[in-house]
Amino acid sequence: MSFFTYAWDWVTQSANWHGSGSIPQQILAQLGYSALPLLIAAVIGIPAGVAIGHTGRGAVLVVNLANGWRAIPTLGLLVLLVVYLGFSILTWLLPLVVLAIPPILVNAYEGVAGVDPGVRDAAKGAGMTSWQQVTRVEVPIALPLILVGLRTSAIFVVATATLAAYIGLGGLGRFIVDGLDSYQYGPVAGGALLVVILAVLVLAFFAGLSRLVVPAGLRKQGKTE
Amino acid sequence: MSWTWISTNGALIWQLTREQIYIGVLPPLIGLVISLPLGVLAVRWRWFYPPTLTAVNVIYAIPALALFTALIPALGLSDTNVIVALTAYSLCIIVPNVVAGLRGVPAAARQAATAMGYGPLRRLVTVELPLAVPVIMGGLRVAMVSSISLASIGQLIGVSSLGYLFIDGEQRAFPTEIYVGLILIIAIALACDLILVGVRRALTPWVARL
Repeated sequence: MSFFTYAWDWVTQSANWHGSGSIPQQILAQLGYSALPLLIAAVIGIPAGVAIGHTGRGAVLVVNLANGWRAIPTLGLLVLLVVYLGFSILTWLLPLVVLAIPPILVNAYEGVAGVDPGVRDAAKGAGMTSWQQVTRVEVPIALPLILVGLRTSAIFVVATATLAAYIGLGGLGRFIVDGLDSYQYGPVAGGALLVVILAVLVLAFFAGLSRLVVPAGLRKQGKTE
Repeated sequence: MSWTWISTNGALIWQLTREQIYIGVLPPLIGLVISLPLGVLAVRWRWFYPPTLTAVNVIYAIPALALFTALIPALGLSDTNVIVALTAYSLCIIVPNVVAGLRGVPAAARQAATAMGYGPLRRLVTVELPLAVPVIMGGLRVAMVSSISLASIGQLIGVSSLGYLFIDGEQRAFPTEIYVGLILIIAIALACDLILVGVRRALTPWVARL
């Protein structure tokens, strides 16, 4: 049997859709575990990246963060925190937030730092204050890249939240980890399929979001990472 | 940190390190070999690129644990499974960079090569690809670093690597083991990154050094 037949057989069993730990419950859990750290990381990362991009201070730090961030094995970080903190909210929230910040910050920085100096001067010449330059000119121009950063982090957070099932977190990763533990491939395949669908929905969400919020004149410039 | 554990388990650590390097380093290299023709095709036939880019974005969004487990019926709980999955991720990073690198070749350089009588293949190999090296290398570096770090997740489907130290360290509540795994993986990633920077400099002696 192939992956899809295993996954389909398991996903279509009605017993898996009811009761505690059912598919709908774990989907909701996964969304919550993914959205919360992403939100916190955005609240920290976007203003920090915009500020560094606007002032140019701390740019060296950002450049090093951009690549070095990927070297950290998330599984190792998760188990290390479990050993020290036991299983608490901080155990999974802390690494998810910390690791979701770099892509958001780096892209916000690059978006703002990459604003055409002519445009920047024009805004200044038109009598805008520093705050107005940032909020009305630089951030709107940087929006496509800011969204790329958010998308990269969202993908990363979904993946790490799935992995966190290994240390006891709920969500769709539970099906995969529990299935592997009990040598049952049905839930493993079903869980993996649902995770894949969720990941595709996250991509679609950000594609839609960029259509909604990016100014029409900038849409063609959206870079892909 | 328990230094005695480290000194008595040197053989195990060395074995796991070698496995980690094998599973982590091979995929981006295979990915590079596949990405070059794919990127060239995507530049040559414009219609080929948007669907490729969509496919690449979707694959890259799939969490490693889900991709490893989805490949089990086809490839089993084997090294091949993890290497194939990590190669797919590497493609996702390297292909767009190959395309960006080739598209960034100055038209003047291309025209000069044509004017000197270079055919399309010779122009590609001796002019366009060398000029695209910095951008392609940028992609290879990202792919290399993330592949090395992601390889440790293969341990969850039983594929041995330094990830073993994470699982074992967690079960025994023994932080030393986890630290050793973390530090070695980051060290391998940084070392490979430095090597790639060196290779890029050797390949592009005309680029100003910063």
